[in-house]
Amino acid sequence: MFSPFISQATSVRAIMFKVMLALLPAIAVYVWYYGPAILVSITLASITALITEAAMLKLRGRPIAPFLRDNSALLTAWLLALSIPPLAPWWLVVVGTMFAISVAKHLYGGLGSNPFNPAMIGYAVLIISFPLQMTHWLTPHGLGQLELSVMQQLQYIFSGQLPGGATLDAVTMATPLDTLKTQLHLGRMPEEVLGMPIYGHLGGIGSEMVALAYLLGGAYLLANRIITWHLPAAFLASLFVTAGIFHLADPAHYVSPVFHWFSGAAMLAAFFILTDPVTSPTTLRGKFIFAAGAGFLTYIIRVFGGFPDGVAFATLLMNICVPLIDTYTQPRVFGQKDEK
Amino acid sequence: MTTLHTFHGGVHPPQHKQESSESAIAQAPLPSRLVLPLQQHIGAQAKPLVRAGDQVLKGQMLARAEGMVSAAIHAPTSGTVVAVDLHAVPHPSGLPELCITLAPDGEERWVEHAPLDYRALPRDQLLTRLRDAGIVGLGGATFPTHVKLNIGETAGIHTLVLNGAECEPWITTDDRLMRERAAEIVQGIEVMRHLLNPAATLVGIEDNKPQAIAAMQQACANTGIEVIAVPTLYPTGGEKQLIKILTGKEVPSGGRPLNIGIVCSNVATAYSVHRLVNHGEPMISRLVTVTGNVKTPRNYEVLIGTPIAELEKLAGVLPGSDGYILGGPMMGLYVSNSELPVVKSSNCIIVKSRALFPPLPPALPCIRCTRCAAVCPAELQPQDLYWFARARDFGKAQKFHLFDCIECGACSYVCPSNIPLVQYYRFAKSEILAIERDKEAANLARERHEFHQLRLERDKQEKAEKLAQKEKAALAAKAAAPAPAQAATTEAKANDSAQQLPAQQLPAQQLIEAAIARAKEQAATARAKNTEALTPQQQADIAEIEARRAKVREMSHPDADSPKE
Ligand code: SF4
Ligand code: SF4
Repeated sequence: MFSPFISQATSVRAIMFKVMLALLPAIAVYVWYYGPAILVSITLASITALITEAAMLKLRGRPIAPFLRDNSALLTAWLLALSIPPLAPWWLVVVGTMFAISVAKHLYGGLGSNPFNPAMIGYAVLIISFPLQMTHWLTPHGLGQLELSVMQQLQYIFSGQLPGGATLDAVTMATPLDTLKTQLHLGRMPEEVLGMPIYGHLGGIGSEMVALAYLLGGAYLLANRIITWHLPAAFLASLFVTAGIFHLADPAHYVSPVFHWFSGAAMLAAFFILTDPVTSPTTLRGKFIFAAGAGFLTYIIRVFGGFPDGVAFATLLMNICVPLIDTYTQPRVFGQKDEK
Repeated sequence: MTTLHTFHGGVHPPQHKQESSESAIAQAPLPSRLVLPLQQHIGAQAKPLVRAGDQVLKGQMLARAEGMVSAAIHAPTSGTVVAVDLHAVPHPSGLPELCITLAPDGEERWVEHAPLDYRALPRDQLLTRLRDAGIVGLGGATFPTHVKLNIGETAGIHTLVLNGAECEPWITTDDRLMRERAAEIVQGIEVMRHLLNPAATLVGIEDNKPQAIAAMQQACANTGIEVIAVPTLYPTGGEKQLIKILTGKEVPSGGRPLNIGIVCSNVATAYSVHRLVNHGEPMISRLVTVTGNVKTPRNYEVLIGTPIAELEKLAGVLPGSDGYILGGPMMGLYVSNSELPVVKSSNCIIVKSRALFPPLPPALPCIRCTRCAAVCPAELQPQDLYWFARARDFGKAQKFHLFDCIECGACSYVCPSNIPLVQYYRFAKSEILAIERDKEAANLARERHEFHQLRLERDKQEKAEKLAQKEKAALAAKAAAPAPAQAATTEAKANDSAQQLPAQQLPAQQLIEAAIARAKEQAATARAKNTEALTPQQQADIAEIEARRAKVREMSHPDADSPKE
């Protein structure tokens, strides 16, 4: 028995649990705008994650119960489910989650050792392998001609059938971010595009509310000291500044930075993805560099890349740099004041 | 008024001070047996002056300080020496050490002793008195006080810091001492000021002890000593942390307070100096908080050498006890043997129970959350140090300032994965020190071996030379008869070989020198960066750490921190 003999009442389990709690407002908004499909994909992802986690722990000869209880696999599952279209066929969720947990997490050494954010790896694999399924987002409540009932959503998820032979296009649309890019490419002006009915005050109708809900969840995490302000602030600031420079230079082609904040997965990334401690730097300066880099890359990929959003690839690219960033941003230690 | 500074990090563990801080200090009764380890301080073990069977008086020196950094041991009461042998001591290694065991006769007959007029004594004599009184730092490090105060005339100490922070939970000895004996503490401080002549004298006390602060302020009125309340935050009582708070100065990485013109001592040490100077008494007792799973937690004035068992009897142990924590819960030592004696560093005995100190859940892998770095007062990256220690990458660990870790335990305290971080650091430190010692020993051995080889070589050559000379002589004798021309060539040949000999010897000597130089160089480079500046305390820790190695070795197993089902 060794000192210290006492310990603060925090645990990995509690930390992960609180992060999941912080996701609840966003999930509620999802259900309001897009129906209960998201609950189905979260459940599917959770079950897949737990089974994959247990299987991998067994294969790796690790104790199963304590790791299953740490909630980390569940959190990965939730984040992945929230990153992909809510009305997705069941196998999309299952494949993405299995890949995230088995390859991105366990093949790299399991909890604490994975260099890449598992949920973002899952997302990246899906968008590269199944681009069609990954770009059809449900039309938010009140906008589409056809709205699916609960049973109809379930039916689609598990059998791929829509009622009355309707096509997927009838109930889904590209994301507001995606639409903007396409329309701008077609030569339309930003004001014109943003005047379309799918856009609200900050971003897309529905998705802007989800973003606000993430912001709310982020505030809860900050208040509970689960995360610190450095990563979200640096990410949002960098995204804002990058978008702002383009917008100021050429407002005819580049929309305002606020739109970028409240579109796509920017808020999710700021408070829930980049803040994954395992895959972000440990030094303070490193955190700033990492998150600022991710904000910049997110913008570049969104605006100039071929994918609907840039968050996942920006995160993964910055994940690669973490060891390097950590090495070159070591802070001075006590009593070393004059050396630097 | 001094402006307060802050140090990085720190934690707020539950205090548990009230339990023992509200009762007055009580005198613990004379125990039936006293066990006095000869090593109760940092430095060389004291040398025993008595043998089994000797009658001794209270305050009589039983073992003298050996060398410069050492401290004497005295009889806490009169009685008979029953043994000078190995006995279990409160030490992380669990190994027995040489102790003097004393059976008290109950008469408390004092050896001749008298107060000192310290102002009239030459400084070296006063320092010698301190050494011979066995006075050591009571803040936990037990560094001999005469060494700390022996800074020479020219060192230029500008600040004397008195540590009354007492930041570890549960412990209240300094609190009670300052409340009840503030005037005496101040008299001890005056002796220190006399020796150091500092421009400023600051007493730092955590603000969770308002009565102690008031008492000290009153006692310090008109003395020029400033009593300063510092915010309650663990580990404010760390020497480097308190100095930072009070002066804003940082003791250099790997350095000592002396390097920045500061001496830091504990208030309880000042009290001991007072006992010596004003009563002529050596260090034979100390205050001990007896608390935890007991009926009546409180502070006792305890004779050094009193077994734990006697103290727990006084306090009344409650059911459910399972061992003791010596010191506080953040940095203390767990022991189960109640026969261990109170030593000079024993400030607290917490009777442990599972209810008060529930076992920690099994450790999970590090999730790099940096909560540890956020609280580390040494501003280290504990998660990196942990990684290096685990991977046995000791070079990296040192590069990341492992030896600046003060083992305060704040990192382990906040770690959500419940990793016993400090254990890893102790393990790594002991391994590094051991490796270096081994290296030095190996270098020494190699040096000796090479020297030996070279001497053999030289001897061989000398023999060859003698042989050659003999042959030459013989040849010369023989050649006396034959043709002179032949003799000349033989002589020339002999001369050749004779000339060659010194020439061969020369490189041999060079080789020896080169070998020695190389060995020295290797020894120098082998000494790793941070250990050069080891404080005497750290050096003394080496022995202690060494002993821990055996215990913590198993932890180096890569899967050691995986949770067990
Ligand atoms: S607090 Fe524990 S889990 Fe977090 S970074 Fe430090 S060692 Fe790792
Ligand atoms: S034990 Fe060492 S590493 Fe941990 S907080 Fe204390 S000084 Fe920092």
